[in-house]
Amino acid sequence: MPTNESSQHIVTSYDQELKRLRAMIARMGGLAEQQVDDSTRALVRRDTELAAQVVTRDAEIDALEREIEQFSVRLLALRQPMAADLRLIIACMKVSQDLERIGDYARNAAKRSIVIANQPAFSSMNGFSRLAHLVQENLKGAIDALVNDDVARADEVWASDEQVDDIYNGIFRELLTFMMEDPRNITAATHLLFVAKNLERIGDHATNIAERVHFAVVGENLPDERPKADSSAYAVVRAPD
Amino acid sequence: MSMTETNPASGFGGVQARSEAAVSQQARVSVRNLDFYYAAGLPKALKGINFDLPERQVTGMIGPSGCGKSTLLRVLNRMFSLYPGQRAEGEVLMDGHNILDPKLDVNELRSRIGMVFQKPTPFPMTIWENIAFGIRLHEKLNKADMAARIEWALTRAAIWGEVKDRLHTSAMGLSGGQQQRLCIARTIAVRPEVILLDEPTSALDPISTLKIEELIDELKRDFTIAIVTHNMQQAARCADQVAFFYLGELIEVAPAAQLFTAPKHPRTQDYITGRFG
Amino acid sequence: MSTTTIAFTRTAAEHATARAMSRRRRLIDHTVRLFCIGATLVGLFFLASILFTLLVKGLPRLDLLTFTREFQPTTYGDPDAPAGGLLHAILGTLVQSGMGILIGTPIGILVGTYLSEYARGSALGNAVRFVSDVLLSAPSVLVGLFVYQLLVLPAGGFSAIAGSVALAILVIPVVVRTTEDMLQLLPNTLREAVIGLGAPKWKMITLIAYRAALSGIVTGVLLAFARIAGETAPLLLTSFGNNIVSWNLGNAMGSLPIAIYQQANSGFPDLIALAWTGALIVTLGVLAINISARLFLARRK
Repeated sequence: MPTNESSQHIVTSYDQELKRLRAMIARMGGLAEQQVDDSTRALVRRDTELAAQVVTRDAEIDALEREIEQFSVRLLALRQPMAADLRLIIACMKVSQDLERIGDYARNAAKRSIVIANQPAFSSMNGFSRLAHLVQENLKGAIDALVNDDVARADEVWASDEQVDDIYNGIFRELLTFMMEDPRNITAATHLLFVAKNLERIGDHATNIAERVHFAVVGENLPDERPKADSSAYAVVRAPD
Repeated sequence: MSMTETNPASGFGGVQARSEAAVSQQARVSVRNLDFYYAAGLPKALKGINFDLPERQVTGMIGPSGCGKSTLLRVLNRMFSLYPGQRAEGEVLMDGHNILDPKLDVNELRSRIGMVFQKPTPFPMTIWENIAFGIRLHEKLNKADMAARIEWALTRAAIWGEVKDRLHTSAMGLSGGQQQRLCIARTIAVRPEVILLDEPTSALDPISTLKIEELIDELKRDFTIAIVTHNMQQAARCADQVAFFYLGELIEVAPAAQLFTAPKHPRTQDYITGRFG
Repeated sequence: MSTTTIAFTRTAAEHATARAMSRRRRLIDHTVRLFCIGATLVGLFFLASILFTLLVKGLPRLDLLTFTREFQPTTYGDPDAPAGGLLHAILGTLVQSGMGILIGTPIGILVGTYLSEYARGSALGNAVRFVSDVLLSAPSVLVGLFVYQLLVLPAGGFSAIAGSVALAILVIPVVVRTTEDMLQLLPNTLREAVIGLGAPKWKMITLIAYRAALSGIVTGVLLAFARIAGETAPLLLTSFGNNIVSWNLGNAMGSLPIAIYQQANSGFPDLIALAWTGALIVTLGVLAINISARLFLARRK
């Protein structure tokens, strides 16, 4: 495909700047992954200390987002990038926004996990571990695809969000059931619902990233319709008979 | 001074909209299987070129030096016929006629396909006479009509305000940017259908360059325009359709927004991103 | 890659070498400049001495009589006899040079135009250019002989027409060269700009190229005039010279260079003094033309 890794720009410093941009995105992506991982771990292990760490660490992601944006604007102004370079820089700007949102969701999940830790436990949290694992895989895949111009990997991520939606639906129903069984579960279960929703949103952002990577590498957009299976918007649960 | 109407919000969208219009237009000039030789025995300078100049659109032609883009321009108005030995094969169609036909009246052709050159070329006479010269070649106008036509041409070339009080002074006293707009006015005054611009701003300062670009944008309402440029940003700024040439071949032609964001051909990609070689 | 490593800064020894080289260059520079100034001074000295001699010997007879009277026999030994003038020679030079320019300039401009605009790189063009250059440096007496054979012998006598033709032949190569050079100086894009408007080639040449090259061509014509105004040899064999004001182009006609030549050879002091004055007039005239050509060129720029 168009981008040929072996061919260099005539201006070496431009090459180095683009490399630096990729490195920044890779670092930001790694940080976001870790935030997702830690917030889920804090939730599952009821580890409030780790959760607090996640909350404070979010500032780092925010700072990186600003840094990437400034650097991209600088590149646009000074290098007048074209074609694949232009698409890459735009993609990096937008991906950094997605990553920043992912960081916010992780922080929000961490905050909620502190509340949940102080409530009686009632769920196995297996679904959450699984959901977080899948979302993380997708996020990692999307970032790797961006850093390596790997369009196949990006397309794979884009297509695999369906599974995330399936698990999310399962958790949604499970939590509704818990709430109906015992009203004392409602506080924790509501927070858990939000955490699940956060994870599901993180998955969506990972797909967004994959879409941007696809455009950056190939120069064409993926189709508007993405395989989706989130049916929770229509979910109704009846009271147990 | 409002040279640039920068509206960051509409930046990309505007380009997109412009390029979509380009596709739907009909061709004013069609080049078919064009080969060009500078001299017998030399390799082809143009190899099997096929493309169209869409009516009332700006076609930008880019590519490294010696790629044939200026050569193509010089075929379009038969400028090459001035030089014995230079030869074009194939067809360049305008209104269904092949302009490469040796029986064609080249002077009439050149009044329909005007050209502006890299370096401003004012004639050594007054501003008035510069414009009147071309008109007199093809039309007999009385004094009032001539005055009206000259004002019209200078106004369309966005230089009337600067020269209206000095029409009868030498054109050599104008600045480079003004001289170039005078040359454009001179070309417009003949009322051509197609205007060919061969690197029209490469000898000008940035502000004069922007004025010419603004002018091109203005002129495409009435004329079909082809512009050869070494400045890719310029092609991106003023062209609706961009053609990339390399070693005498037309590698890719596409709407400007597409060619500069997502070119199809790896050569184009390498060239416009600065990776050549 | 070369195997020797190159240091980024010079060592003290290298600085010393650089200084020594610079000293040597300055010395050469001074020496050459000295020679140039010397040579210029030598040239100027001779020029000044010529002008000085001309002025000293020519001024005494630079009076009204010189410009109003024809040739008269010497007043030597007879102070009451009427003194002669150079009117016949001045008029003769003006008429013959003027006609020479009138005949030679159009031909020269046409040939120059052909060479520059139509014959670029062609064999015929190169041949014409070569012949014209040979003519430019041909001894003028040969031109005189040629016209003598061509016009004087068949017509059975010397004539102002033959003189004018001989001068015209001298004008042609000068005008050819300046016209071609001046047209060549025009940028090709100017030509293409005119052609690009739909003008035929002849209109491009006559309406634009000549106008753009006008000052150069006029300068060339003026210089040609200055050159032929001082020619003696071709006139000696064609218009021969005459002692009275003659307006008959079919007869012999006087001219300044010939009047100078004849009267300087006469041996009478009063005629020799008049010859000096003639020489001064020719010199001042040529100088005036040269200066006006330069002024013309400067004003156009």
